Amino acid sequence: MTPPEPPDAGAVEPEAAGSAAPASQGGEPRGNSQPLLQCSEVVAGYGATNILHGVSLAVNRGEVVTIIGPNGSGKSTLMKAIAGLVRVRSGRVSFRDADVSHFPPQRIVREGLCYVPQVANVFPTLSIRENLEMGGFIRRGGSEERIQEMFRMFPDLGRRPNQQAGSLSGGQRQMLAIGRALMVEPTLLILDEPTAGLAPAIMHSTFEMLQDINRGGVSLLLVEQNTREALMMSDRGYVLAVGENRLEDKGSALLDHPELEMLYLGA
Amino acid sequence: MVAFIVGVGFLPFVKMELVANGIIIGGIIALGAIGATLIFGILGFANLAHGDYMTSGAYLGLFLMGSVLPRIGLEGEGLGPFTFGYPVLIALPLTVVAVAVGAIWIDASIYRRLRNRRAGLIIMTMTSLGMAIALRGLVRMIWGGDTAQYPRESRQFYNLPLEISMPPDAVFISAVSVILVAAVYIILNYTRMGKAMRATSDNPDLALVSGIDTAGVIRWTWAIGAGLAATAGVLLAVFQAQLLPVMGWDFMLLVFASLTLGGIGNPHGALMGALLIGVTSEIATEWMNPSYKPVVAFAIMILALLVRPRGIIVGKLR
Repeated sequence: MTPPEPPDAGAVEPEAAGSAAPASQGGEPRGNSQPLLQCSEVVAGYGATNILHGVSLAVNRGEVVTIIGPNGSGKSTLMKAIAGLVRVRSGRVSFRDADVSHFPPQRIVREGLCYVPQVANVFPTLSIRENLEMGGFIRRGGSEERIQEMFRMFPDLGRRPNQQAGSLSGGQRQMLAIGRALMVEPTLLILDEPTAGLAPAIMHSTFEMLQDINRGGVSLLLVEQNTREALMMSDRGYVLAVGENRLEDKGSALLDHPELEMLYLGA
Repeated sequence: MVAFIVGVGFLPFVKMELVANGIIIGGIIALGAIGATLIFGILGFANLAHGDYMTSGAYLGLFLMGSVLPRIGLEGEGLGPFTFGYPVLIALPLTVVAVAVGAIWIDASIYRRLRNRRAGLIIMTMTSLGMAIALRGLVRMIWGGDTAQYPRESRQFYNLPLEISMPPDAVFISAVSVILVAAVYIILNYTRMGKAMRATSDNPDLALVSGIDTAGVIRWTWAIGAGLAATAGVLLAVFQAQLLPVMGWDFMLLVFASLTLGGIGNPHGALMGALLIGVTSEIATEWMNPSYKPVVAFAIMILALLVRPRGIIVGKLR
């Protein structure tokens, strides 16, 4: 077994990643220097087991940030902890300067942070239109105008507004899941493996769509297994392993990091 | 479809009066079953106190019609062709509101605490069994265990074609059942809260991260479920012309057979199951003692589930 090589100069080891201001590491942040989302030493888990053992990350305004890591590294748990579905046992999640660590999920949505789960990300017995209506549940003054905007953004959905979401193809379902989350015009969208199980062509168009959404002013935090494509479009990336930060760097630089392959291959 | 054809094939051999009776009873079962299935779909447990919410409704109606309304000069029986008087029309909505508010209060005091402690299906169901026994005990304590009756005046039955003889009250009971089933359909499919209830039933976590007010959804679910149960209790008391503390508990067996048959968590299925159970258990009284109705209901349920394990209609709240 080959011993791990020293990390690149740009890479940050886990200890540093937790304490240093992540915006100063890796790529240049776009926009405000104050992170939009900041997770500091987050510990979370299920039952008696902790899955996250002090994970830290940050997303700046306008950024696309990707979290990668092998199976069981705690990526999805981190997403759920940020969205308020899994209790943060210690550490802090702050969003737009507010400590949202113990906010209920609905309040986090109101703050402008929307989460798209990996599976079960639509309401299967509701129609496409009803799914979007539910996405806009907290909107005051009705959702119709925003639904029409979503139909213009995703014409494939607009052509079949009354179709049950459970009967959609994988790609259409993903569009609907993202459309549902965009209904409240979020500042930050967090997506858990948005391209999982999609055919290559659909996967590329999903990444393009996410870039369009980002260009529209929405910051993105992704968990992805399609590492290459995700990091190519990301400003920065984080690597988690066994519930801890392992690496952080510019998206493209992280791809060439020697430790990355080792983490994935379990060397 | 096969069951339907076999059923229709049997029709010439059964008394149409029993079929008609079964449809009316089926309507009352449907009110209980739709409510219980909504609660199951959204809260994730079988509310074994559902029958006792029915009993509470029936006895609250008795309290209003027997003790409260007469004191303010509102009494009478024999409204038009019906055995009951107009006080039923006042007592019914008041009872619905009282039982709905009571159910919301019980949820806030007991079930919500259990949910917050992430209690599982068994704990929740067993707690509801305790609630059922407590409610029945309360009814027995206040009104005693003897048979009671709403103020009523005897009426001639209608003689309809096909040798069907029906009490006039059946018209009222059927009308209320149809209106309420239609109202639930409209609420679930055309109102924001109804859609939120279906969404929460589909995927509670996604409902939370969509910003849906799930606490409000739960309150509305109890209000609708318990309100329908209270209505079913009052209608059953009118139809059977008697009240007993165990009336709801006995009736709940038919309710749960129906919603299981229809596909748990599915109001359409609950309605279909209720009509099927209502008609078949009524027809069975041609050959067996009426006290065996639940046996027939459960036999049908088990046979149907052997063929279609997920119920006759698969899917959730629609």
